[in-house]
Amino acid sequence: MARRNLSLYAVAAALACVATADTAFAHGIAGKRFFPATLATDDPFVADELSLPTISTIKTPASGDAPATRETDFSVDVSKRITENLGVGFGATYKQLRPDGGDTERGFDNAAVSVKYKFYQSDEHETILSGGVDWDIGGSGSKRVGAESFSTVTPALFFGRGFGDLPDSARYLRPLALTGSVGIGIPTRASSSSLNDDGDVAIERHPHVLNLGFAIEYSLPYLQAFVKDVGLREPFNQLIPVVEFALMTPLDRGRGPTTGTVNPGLLWAGRYMQLGLEAVVPINHQTGSRVGWIAQIHFFLDDIFPTTVGKPIFGK
Amino acid sequence: MMKSVTCVFASLVTMAAAFETGAHAFLDHATPAVGSVTHGSPAQVRLWFTEKLEPAFSTVQVQDRDGRRVDKQDKHVDPANPALLQVTLPQLAPGRYRVVWRALSVDTHVTEGDFTFDVVP
Repeated sequence: MARRNLSLYAVAAALACVATADTAFAHGIAGKRFFPATLATDDPFVADELSLPTISTIKTPASGDAPATRETDFSVDVSKRITENLGVGFGATYKQLRPDGGDTERGFDNAAVSVKYKFYQSDEHETILSGGVDWDIGGSGSKRVGAESFSTVTPALFFGRGFGDLPDSARYLRPLALTGSVGIGIPTRASSSSLNDDGDVAIERHPHVLNLGFAIEYSLPYLQAFVKDVGLREPFNQLIPVVEFALMTPLDRGRGPTTGTVNPGLLWAGRYMQLGLEAVVPINHQTGSRVGWIAQIHFFLDDIFPTTVGKPIFGK
Repeated sequence: MMKSVTCVFASLVTMAAAFETGAHAFLDHATPAVGSVTHGSPAQVRLWFTEKLEPAFSTVQVQDRDGRRVDKQDKHVDPANPALLQVTLPQLAPGRYRVVWRALSVDTHVTEGDFTFDVVP
């Protein structure tokens, strides 16, 4: 199974390489505002970018017969502009599950593909609005690591808003920006049934889920370049402190509690890549029992390959 | 898995180095400094960017509090430093001035911005 999954991903990666051989995308800029890529929540902009890798780890609590488990994920995400405002994405995650007192399980989670369209941008007000759909492809991952056999389709709205238009009296708040998304995860199957150890049929229900993610960031590059040169130099003048919130609320079918994390951290935006490191703080016991972390290396393909992979397939 | 990720990552970094042509030009620093107070009129405004600029399509102007342009309209990119954009100024009266710039990097990415500085006696 694992070997078949590796083959599947190798083919997908090869197709992705072929598909992107003549093109690329731009990172998120609206007026004076550069929106950095966030780690735990999705960005509002359509761009040519590659996150490789994103590594995260968190310990999930014991639940029923399942022991507490250390989950570590290795992810890759690539986005590609088709036109200036329309982009597609592909993501894959390799999971490692280490249950307390049990054997470690490894394998790919379900692959995901997405499409996003930016339908509004105001340079003056540093605002971006986009809509998109994410498709978590059921059955494309390994059941050993809990990959679902059914798909989940998540339509979502994405937003980004910089506060550079605040009045002079609040100029030190101008480097602030808010990005985020609101989406509904719609499973293609309402429930699944399986036989438990006693031979009884166990039914697991799959609710619709409200996914809410947002990030508050304070851009030191923005402070330095547009508000007040406070004397920061490299690498500190490229730091963006950020706090991300990633929340999930089941809406029906035996709805459970809201789960999620609050992630305070730092982003560093360079010429061709961005580095990110955040703590992952569970909001409640249902989410996790200890603080984890997430780290990412993110490439700006539009700057690395401006005339090939880094521009839209159609248009400028 | 980690070996594959490392291999792809190393390949990408190598390719990035090999194909490096430029990036977005962001303002690195300026004189007068962003948001600063200067004693007496500065002779010019100088903007240092993070990338080389296309001189013909990179602009800078200085406006007074009423939005009137006050610089000598002689903006130019320093031939010795293609990342330095500058414009000279007449004698400025005390007050607040706004520097408005637009930069086209050599890889054709456009960035723009503005900031203020104050002149005091």
